[in-house]
Amino acid sequence: MLMALIAAHLGLAVCAPLLARVLGQRTFLLAALAPATAFAMLVGLGPTVLSGGVVVETLEWIPALGVALDFRIGLVQWLLSLVVTGIGAVVLAYCRWYFEADPPQARVVGLLTAFCAAMIGLVTADDLVVVYVFWEATTVFSYLLIGHDPTRRANRSAALTALIVTTTGGLAMLVGLLALGHAAGTYSLAAIVAAPPSGPVVAVAALLVLVGALSKSALVPFHFWLPGAMAAPTPISAYLHAAAMVKAGVYLVAVLAPALAASPGWRPAVWVLGALTLFLGGWRALRQDDLKLLLAYGTVSQLGLLVLLLGTGTRAAALGGLAMVLAHALFKATLFLVVGVVDHSAGTRQLSQLSGLHRRLPVTAVVAAVAAASMAGLPPTIGFMAKEAGLEGLTNLALTGDGTGIAPVPGWALVAVVVVGSAITVAYSLRFWWGAFGPKPGVAPSGLAHPPSAGFAAGPVLLALASLAAGFVPGPLTAVLQPYAQTLATGEESHGLVLVPSPGAPLYASLIAIVAGAVLFWQRERIAAVQQTFPAVPAAADLYRTTMRGLDRLAVEVTDRTQRGSLASYVGTILVVLTGALAVTLAGIRDWPAVHLADNAGQVMVGLLVVVAGFLVATSRGRLRALVLLGVAGYGTAVLFLLHGAPDLALTQVLVETVSLLVFLLVLRKLPKYFTERPLTSGRWWRVLISAATGVAFTLVAVLMIGSRTATPVSAPYPEVAKSFGYGNNIVNVVLVDTRAWDTIGEIAVLSIAATGVASLIFLRGRASRVRRADLDPLRGWLRGSRVLPPGERSLMFEVVTRLLFPLMMIVSVYLLVAGHNLPGGGFAGGLVAGTALLVRYLAGGGSELDEAMPIPAGVLLGSGLVVSVLTAITPLSVGGLIFQSYDVYLRVPGWESLATPWGSWTLLGDIHLVSSTAFDIGVYLVVLGMMLDLGRSLGSGIDVQARDGLTPAPEPESNRAIPGRRWDR
Amino acid sequence: MGPVTANLTLALVAGALIACGVYLITERSLSRILIGVVLASNGVNVLFLVASGPAGGAPIIGLTPGPQMSDPLPQAMVLTAIVITLSVAAFVMTMAYRSFQINGDDEVADDVEDARIAELARADLASESYEEMGFSDTGEDVVSE
Repeated sequence: MLMALIAAHLGLAVCAPLLARVLGQRTFLLAALAPATAFAMLVGLGPTVLSGGVVVETLEWIPALGVALDFRIGLVQWLLSLVVTGIGAVVLAYCRWYFEADPPQARVVGLLTAFCAAMIGLVTADDLVVVYVFWEATTVFSYLLIGHDPTRRANRSAALTALIVTTTGGLAMLVGLLALGHAAGTYSLAAIVAAPPSGPVVAVAALLVLVGALSKSALVPFHFWLPGAMAAPTPISAYLHAAAMVKAGVYLVAVLAPALAASPGWRPAVWVLGALTLFLGGWRALRQDDLKLLLAYGTVSQLGLLVLLLGTGTRAAALGGLAMVLAHALFKATLFLVVGVVDHSAGTRQLSQLSGLHRRLPVTAVVAAVAAASMAGLPPTIGFMAKEAGLEGLTNLALTGDGTGIAPVPGWALVAVVVVGSAITVAYSLRFWWGAFGPKPGVAPSGLAHPPSAGFAAGPVLLALASLAAGFVPGPLTAVLQPYAQTLATGEESHGLVLVPSPGAPLYASLIAIVAGAVLFWQRERIAAVQQTFPAVPAAADLYRTTMRGLDRLAVEVTDRTQRGSLASYVGTILVVLTGALAVTLAGIRDWPAVHLADNAGQVMVGLLVVVAGFLVATSRGRLRALVLLGVAGYGTAVLFLLHGAPDLALTQVLVETVSLLVFLLVLRKLPKYFTERPLTSGRWWRVLISAATGVAFTLVAVLMIGSRTATPVSAPYPEVAKSFGYGNNIVNVVLVDTRAWDTIGEIAVLSIAATGVASLIFLRGRASRVRRADLDPLRGWLRGSRVLPPGERSLMFEVVTRLLFPLMMIVSVYLLVAGHNLPGGGFAGGLVAGTALLVRYLAGGGSELDEAMPIPAGVLLGSGLVVSVLTAITPLSVGGLIFQSYDVYLRVPGWESLATPWGSWTLLGDIHLVSSTAFDIGVYLVVLGMMLDLGRSLGSGIDVQARDGLTPAPEPESNRAIPGRRWDR
Repeated sequence: MGPVTANLTLALVAGALIACGVYLITERSLSRILIGVVLASNGVNVLFLVASGPAGGAPIIGLTPGPQMSDPLPQAMVLTAIVITLSVAAFVMTMAYRSFQINGDDEVADDVEDARIAELARADLASESYEEMGFSDTGEDVVSE
């Protein structure tokens, strides 16, 4: 049920862009239905939860790690999720009017709805890891929502600051949660609270979790991100940064306090930071001119009080704290929505520019008065009762210690700070109402740009009524909240929430706060003057700024030290590390496998040839010489393959060497004779050293590797399996097209990409989507296409040979393709032969001859090859098989099996054994052919065309440089 | 299966090819780097041969009795590597051509961005993406929507 609701929120969020296109701003109303439904469902759970039951939902997620999507709604979870969904619904509906004049806000709808889902998940998840995931999800959505208008610097900085501060705290919390779960042996929140672990690790873990909670709830020293977050649109501030997200930290403190409040350091941290935040936030709120910032600092202050009360972990304080959570969510959301109404109606929210709005917006003014009264803790609101209960908890603390062991002096100090904080709260509440609605001498009465519509004003009215109504039901409210307080082991039980408190310390404290607050407001000019005289202290925000700048500077310095920008030095570094690590490992090895010189004499001779060729390649200065020697080394390697017993490899290697030689020569005709000389030769001996070390290391590794060949090879059953599953005799080919066909799919994809890359480097704007054949007369000749070449570039002999050779090569290529399943060959070899045949046609007759030979664009061949391969892979699924499963069939063409001759019966086609994976090999063949065609068209005809247009580089004779081609943009 | 011994010749060939390849890869000329890559990948392919055990008959059923076959699995992997090397080589070769077309040489120049960061480091400046926090609560720079 709960998971379905979360999923519904997310689904709605994903659909928001589409919906917004049709519904416009009404999408907000539709989206509001999601949290409203969740709210109704939660109300339905009320009887269960209030009678002490819990609602549990579980879905396995990562069973191997013991992480499950466990949701567990107890009392605290129930209350918080009611707040989240209820206020979520009101705010989403309110947005419909708030954004009325703006274009459709698909982004805001989607993000707000998704945020709502994350928030519900956060306050109901039972698994610590899942809690953390939702926790960070809310951070991310908050980041995106604060960055509402990324073109504005204030939005960007505020979003980034909020993200960095809360994720930093979040990471600390993750460590804490994991340590906590590890110590407890379970990641279930409920189980940990039921049987709290203890020990030094748990103490540290508790403090780390507290860091996360404090950063999320904007307590000192993390408070500075919250005022910045006011750059978001007002409804978003109301929901995320007053009612819901900032309560996440408070929620965690409330849930964990029964288990961890007694942990060393927890209570002092909560008291000191809570009290400091309460005071600091209020003090700053007193001097804000922007109504929204005033509320933001007020929120900081109240969050301090909430954490202080709930973190104390005594019964009376907990009751007050939990009541305060409800009260705060109701009044603060109301006040933010009121600011939105004022801002939109009067066109400003600077309190120095607003005057006499209470006449223009009477309903809103009354609503604001009720909410501000609740904030100030005036009767008969829920705010008054909550503050009374909280003060009761704190005075208990001061009078007796209430089981926490606090001494009287700090106890009373705490009470004093809270009373001062409450007085300041009263003062800024008055300042808020006066600022928004009150008449101000010397300020012209504000007019209304747009009178608010009924729907716009309805949201705050609804929430304010709830604030007021809750004030008249102290009894039932106490009954609802008391069970949470009773889960705490420490402290006297509270008297409960009361509308008319009996005389005693809490009442006196309340009265003092109210009177003092009124005086503070009355003497506001003088207070402002006093505030001016306070010395400027380095604020936490400055520290953050310095840290971030320092981090950036550090990054610049480290990048400067490590990223010198020279490819050679990076490669060198990698190789030095590799060789060094190998040397350390090799030095420690005692048992070296025995060696033998070679398996046969051929290996020694060919090996010697290859090594000499490789050495000469490395020392060549001339390009052509290096390429020819490279070919020698390559052909030599092919012979080594053959001697090892790998005919498929030898065949492919020979073909590849031939093709690369051809391709390289095509490019080489436009490049200078010698390699570009390096200006720096000082590094040469260093390079020799590195390469020699690498070579030695790899030789030793090669020798060592054979010693690890102790287990039965994976390929041991291949001779069996190739026949029974792959229906082929050539095991290497069966491995390619069946056993490890996934590798081959990846490989042909790489081939297609590389071929496309080559084409795009030559043609720049895309290769032709259709081949235009030259308009040639149908006269007979050896090669049609070569007729467009100038006579001096033609060779009759070559044309004749090509004409005769081409059909033969194509037949061989098809033979290799078909026979490859049982004999050396296959799609790669076949494709390479066919491609070479095409290149020969090009060499003999030029670009138009290549078009004659293959009048199809290379892209079509590459694409159809990939399609054929993928279809072969998935077709078995349609007949109930597995991906890449092979099937075979025997075909007999009547009349073609054999030919009866006077000399006996000759087999013609015989029984044709067709294997489905041959189709896959056809795909490979097509891709390889497409790649070869691309190479021919790009490096052959493409460069020819560029040469005609003077775009190719012109090598200077006997030099290592070339004159660049004419610039493209001209 | 008896004790397997290493084929020294192939191991030496692999090491030598890799060494020559590495020497060229640490060059600045793109065509030399390309040649180095091809050489080194030949060396690595030979490394696979060494690791795949003793030489044997072609792994084709009916041609070689099972126990005398060379190991087919590394061969399939090497076959893939050979063809990929071809395509990569063609691509890098084209890049070298293009480099000549534009610059008249095929040197891999040092990264310009890195040079700019080095300048920032020398001047003790923050990176270009760094942005001072642009809001404050002093009233001068009011947060607005």
